[in-house]
Amino acid sequence: MATKEFTRKGSLQIVDVPKVLRNGSFYIAQARIANMLQWKWSIIGEAIANPMFYLLSVGIGIGKFVNSHQAKGIDGVKYLVFLAPALLASACIIGASNAVMHPTLEGFKWNKNFFAMNSTPISARQIANGVLLSAVARALFGTIIYYLALLLFGGVNGLHSLWLLPATIFSAAAFAAMMLGFCAAIENSDLLMNIVNRLLIMPLFLFSGTFYSLSTMPKFLQFIGWLSPLWHATEIGRWISYGHHISALGISIHFAYMSIMLVSGLLFSHHHFKRRLSK
Amino acid sequence: MSVKDASQGPLISAKGLRKEYGAFTAVDGIDFHVNKGESFGFLGPNGAGKSTTMRIIAATLTRTAGEITVLGKDPEKSGPEIRAHLGVVPQQDNLDNSLTVEDNLYVYGRYFGLSKKYIRTKIEELLTFAQLEEKRGVKVEALSGGMKRRLTIARALVSEPEILMLDEPTTGLDPQARHILWDRLFRLKEQGVTLLITTHYMDEAEQLCDRLIVMDKGKIMAEDSPAGLIKKYSTKEVLEVRFGSDRNAQYSDQLRAMCERIEVLPDRVLMYSDDCEELLHQVVLAGLAPTTSLVRRSSLEDVFLRLTGRTLVE
Repeated sequence: MATKEFTRKGSLQIVDVPKVLRNGSFYIAQARIANMLQWKWSIIGEAIANPMFYLLSVGIGIGKFVNSHQAKGIDGVKYLVFLAPALLASACIIGASNAVMHPTLEGFKWNKNFFAMNSTPISARQIANGVLLSAVARALFGTIIYYLALLLFGGVNGLHSLWLLPATIFSAAAFAAMMLGFCAAIENSDLLMNIVNRLLIMPLFLFSGTFYSLSTMPKFLQFIGWLSPLWHATEIGRWISYGHHISALGISIHFAYMSIMLVSGLLFSHHHFKRRLSK
Repeated sequence: MSVKDASQGPLISAKGLRKEYGAFTAVDGIDFHVNKGESFGFLGPNGAGKSTTMRIIAATLTRTAGEITVLGKDPEKSGPEIRAHLGVVPQQDNLDNSLTVEDNLYVYGRYFGLSKKYIRTKIEELLTFAQLEEKRGVKVEALSGGMKRRLTIARALVSEPEILMLDEPTTGLDPQARHILWDRLFRLKEQGVTLLITTHYMDEAEQLCDRLIVMDKGKIMAEDSPAGLIKKYSTKEVLEVRFGSDRNAQYSDQLRAMCERIEVLPDRVLMYSDDCEELLHQVVLAGLAPTTSLVRRSSLEDVFLRLTGRTLVE
């Protein structure tokens, strides 16, 4: 029998509570990222395959067709250039939203490890923030790869197009914060998946001016785009990428909308994380 | 400001503690205190309010009414400050199944803000303590129930907590795994760790607890050391006799006249006396021939039966 014994100092000596109060969200994000790294090859594979499929099929295939019918292109540019900021934003937003959904279901329901985290000095709010941070980090990785693919295919060009990265990540963070709140609020996981996939992601992708300008849609459908963070991100992205015309007020509204979504999404998440962990 | 120095009175103290879920009262105005270094138990059947009380102490559940301080602080106001000094072993293991044994300990240690260097050293001690050295690189999903339980306890110890809280620590374990676990808990007790244990196993409560409260339907029925409770609420010995299910009740009046108290259970009659060999002799002399008989010492099970009229594990 092994006789190695504890050399006990006690938690009063070794646990630095203010440090956890400051850094707890990062500890959670670190743990989440360590968890993701177990599937690093599939994450890398997906990050590369995703833009390739879209760019080859929609960007080049449909692009050729569109360009042959629209001599001036769309919005004054080639179809791929028009499409690129929207594809980047949608990949980033959907990526971040998936990266909050799975761990949240797992943490509350499947293996309940949010409850384990919450039995340490870590608070419910820090768990929510940490999950969001890790999702944004993962989305950032995917977005960088996507951006490089767009560069390769000529969908973006010029140094100024690097500004697409922070703008896109910001919109993804805003949407993922809202999704995080939904995942915590809706306790029935099947219902949650149905709502998210059928009522949120699909319409978001199709009605946000991704493949054609939102203004070509009937007015009563345009409102879906106005609500969608993807449309706001796409508009800003097109402005950054090729100087798509938006007024200063328009830009401010796009950013304000996403800022409000980020803050309210976080507050919504904090509320429901706290509620579910203290039930 | 750090939490209260443990030497200044009880580590945990509750007065009129109450928790309601709508019309259901889970904890019904209970008072108790736990001293430093003590091994304190909550004994009661499922649904007695033990786990609810534990979660209120662990600052993860709000109370409906009453007062409680843990390490001198109110759990509702100072959750993180209190949880920093607790080691929590929940009723159901909530380990990260996708991580290895070692990584589970590491990640959990980080949640306390402990340095990587400290945790790496501590992991070696904890793996030895939990007898999981050979499983360090194995994913948790491949462990047996007993191993998972020991890992959950080891995980709770990574921060060297002042109070280790164990909710039904051995439920679902085989006898050998239970004994290994009890042995580990004894060692912690020897090191001065305050243990808080809920259980519905009377043998576990007798083995592990210095002092305990017996709970039923959210209320405290009695409080003392295991031996004290047995002395107060039962006789030294118990005679268990079986006459066959239809005759157990039939003989009850005759049997009752022979001793201090009897309990008629569906399958047997329990007769309480300080000298049960003599009592058995009387039963036989009276011409009542039990099909089986057993003389044993009184246990907490008998205390519970006396207090509530029901058995602990039904």
